[in-house]
Amino acid sequence: MKIKAQIGMVLNLDKCIGCHTCSVTCKNTWTNRPGAEYMWFNNVETKPGVGYPKRWEDEGHYKGGWELNSKGKLQLKAGNKINKVGLGKIFWNPDMPELDDYYEPWTYDYQTLFGKERKHQPVARAKSQITGLNMDLKTGPNWDDDLAGSPEYFKQDPNMDKIETDIKANFESAFMMYLPRLCEHCLNAPCVASCPSGAMYKRDEDGIVLVDQERCRGWRFCMTGCPYKKVYFNWKTNKAEKCTFCYPRIEEGEPTVCSETCVGRIRYIGAMLYDADKVEAAAETEDESKLYEAQLGLFLDPNDPEVVEQALADGITEEMIDAAQKSPIYKMAVEEKIAFPLHPEYRTMPMVWYIPPLSPIMSYFEGRDSIKNPDMIFPGIDEMRVPVDYLASLLTGGNVDAIKYALYKLAMMRLYMRAQTSGKDFDTSKLERVGLTENTATSLYRLLAIAKYEDRFVIPKSHKEQFEDVQSEQGGLGYDECEGCSLAPQHGSMFKKAEAGESTNQIYAESFYGGIWRD
Amino acid sequence: MSNFGSILLWVIYPYVMLLSFVFGTIIRFGWFRAGITAVSSEMLEKRKLMVGSLLFHVGIILAFFGHILGILIPKTWTAFFGISDEMYHLFGSLMMGTGAGLLALAGMTILTYRRFTNARVFLTSSWSDLIVNVALLITIILGLASTLSSPFLPNFDYRSTLSVWARSLFYLQPKWQLMANVPWIYKIHVICGFAIFGFFPYTRLIHALTLPWQYIFRRYIVYRRKPRV
Repeated sequence: MKIKAQIGMVLNLDKCIGCHTCSVTCKNTWTNRPGAEYMWFNNVETKPGVGYPKRWEDEGHYKGGWELNSKGKLQLKAGNKINKVGLGKIFWNPDMPELDDYYEPWTYDYQTLFGKERKHQPVARAKSQITGLNMDLKTGPNWDDDLAGSPEYFKQDPNMDKIETDIKANFESAFMMYLPRLCEHCLNAPCVASCPSGAMYKRDEDGIVLVDQERCRGWRFCMTGCPYKKVYFNWKTNKAEKCTFCYPRIEEGEPTVCSETCVGRIRYIGAMLYDADKVEAAAETEDESKLYEAQLGLFLDPNDPEVVEQALADGITEEMIDAAQKSPIYKMAVEEKIAFPLHPEYRTMPMVWYIPPLSPIMSYFEGRDSIKNPDMIFPGIDEMRVPVDYLASLLTGGNVDAIKYALYKLAMMRLYMRAQTSGKDFDTSKLERVGLTENTATSLYRLLAIAKYEDRFVIPKSHKEQFEDVQSEQGGLGYDECEGCSLAPQHGSMFKKAEAGESTNQIYAESFYGGIWRD
Repeated sequence: MSNFGSILLWVIYPYVMLLSFVFGTIIRFGWFRAGITAVSSEMLEKRKLMVGSLLFHVGIILAFFGHILGILIPKTWTAFFGISDEMYHLFGSLMMGTGAGLLALAGMTILTYRRFTNARVFLTSSWSDLIVNVALLITIILGLASTLSSPFLPNFDYRSTLSVWARSLFYLQPKWQLMANVPWIYKIHVICGFAIFGFFPYTRLIHALTLPWQYIFRRYIVYRRKPRV
């Protein structure tokens, strides 16, 4: 047994309102610079829908993730090492997504709006941020936002291929959900396994997957390897970039930017202990619908004294073990089994998990006779085959029972709390049917509905003072090779004005123009 | 050509370019390592790149080994293995050389067309990318022309002149006189070739020296641990 620690995330999809605050704050922090305009380390998709990049779940096309070879051993779907060398894939990667699979980023020519008065109303045209040429906009980021029901888009969702055609008909009136996505920081990361240069790695301390910008040579196999399409290619630096799980914040015990700013408080961050020696065997589980359970089997009980002893022997800090014992992730994923990994059938052992949304089912059902008989929700869940099948193809590799169990549990918790707050009688023996007690139901309610900051984020600080030469790292992390990555040079004229003795008010008046920042 | 001109072209110029290659490479890897990438534009354009890149890379690698065979291996060695001059010239030089040259030329033509006509690729190219592109195209055309011209130049044997001069550069006794009677098309090819060597380390070409061999022998998942004090 070799115990490693992993920082993971759970997203409560029930509460996601699709506001994109996570995407925008992430973008402003990490990808708001030349070469990275089209990258969204975090994005929110409307499901069922096309996704970003388009049809990313279609691994028959993109060849991401792992598969089992004829001997039942893991191999990269994009081809093993010999295949990549033999077919010269390093000269041309057949499975790499193109810019148009994402979208071509653009800005607007705002200057035309401020010119002299002309006969015609000036129009700010879309200009490509890559070529600077005028663009005729056909698609863009999240182009299908909120259009899940439209036949145009739900047919393009690869998950729909797995659902039988005859039940698609009632789909558009029944079901829509949001899926915020970020790098999964997988235990069995195929991007790391794909990188020829060895530039991609998992941090031993917390399992965060990073790209070493110094060693990346731009071979682009990581982009293909990642089935979630969360490694991007910077067209300006010609290197790969990806979600960093905001590691500078995590190291200080603070949540990621996307989690911190989530207005719905749907995100949870915590630590997990797992047995690194068993990851390969678990990923080689033959039956796709058993991969979710196989991954559950990797996690170790942080309260087990033997596990703690072994973890300490394997070099895990006491603070990490302490965090793992209080981990909201462990509680939701392992103890209560209400959170599930995204597409476990890719055999990546992802570490960003999702609580399936009950709301679409509740709202469909509540229009009928739920007021009179709240218990009708349970046959209701069984009746709603399409959403449940859909969730199963998204989150459990087709294991419908696991999804149903979680939905029963969430529904029962709601019924119990509704009875509690409205002072109605509730037969508490019903809780046992779904594996709850009055205590666990209440604490689950507190975790999911109240979602206090300190309950959502249990993040151990990394002790930088134990690392060599912290000072030399100052300014040495990040994108310092990239000229123009910071926006300061673009606004540098302000500093010159300040040096020339202009007051802040003067500079402000000159630089701002009706709320639009002028360069 | 005057002696001075010959010495300049066939002694000083090659050494300057080779020194630039060696020290440029050391400096690039020592101090500017982070900027070394394959400078891929596959994300911006993919279909023309498939044909162009595959043809060019296969062709240029074959041509590279062909040059090693033709220039660095002395005549006496091939004779030792019973390969006659006629066989060598017909099969080795003319057929293989032409084959590799045609592959590389076809690839480079497509790549050049792509680089100068595709708006996304052209507008994101640096000057260095464009220069490398044109220089490679010219050098490949000249190299192929040299190979194809050899049947029409029965009195010229590059293995007893050009190759001997090239090897003499490496043991620091350059026999520049041997270049006197080399046909001009060979000469320009050699000059262009050394120019490419000269700017090799400062351009995207450097990616050829970072081929990730270690990937074949490496385990899949890489962990890195911060060093402890």
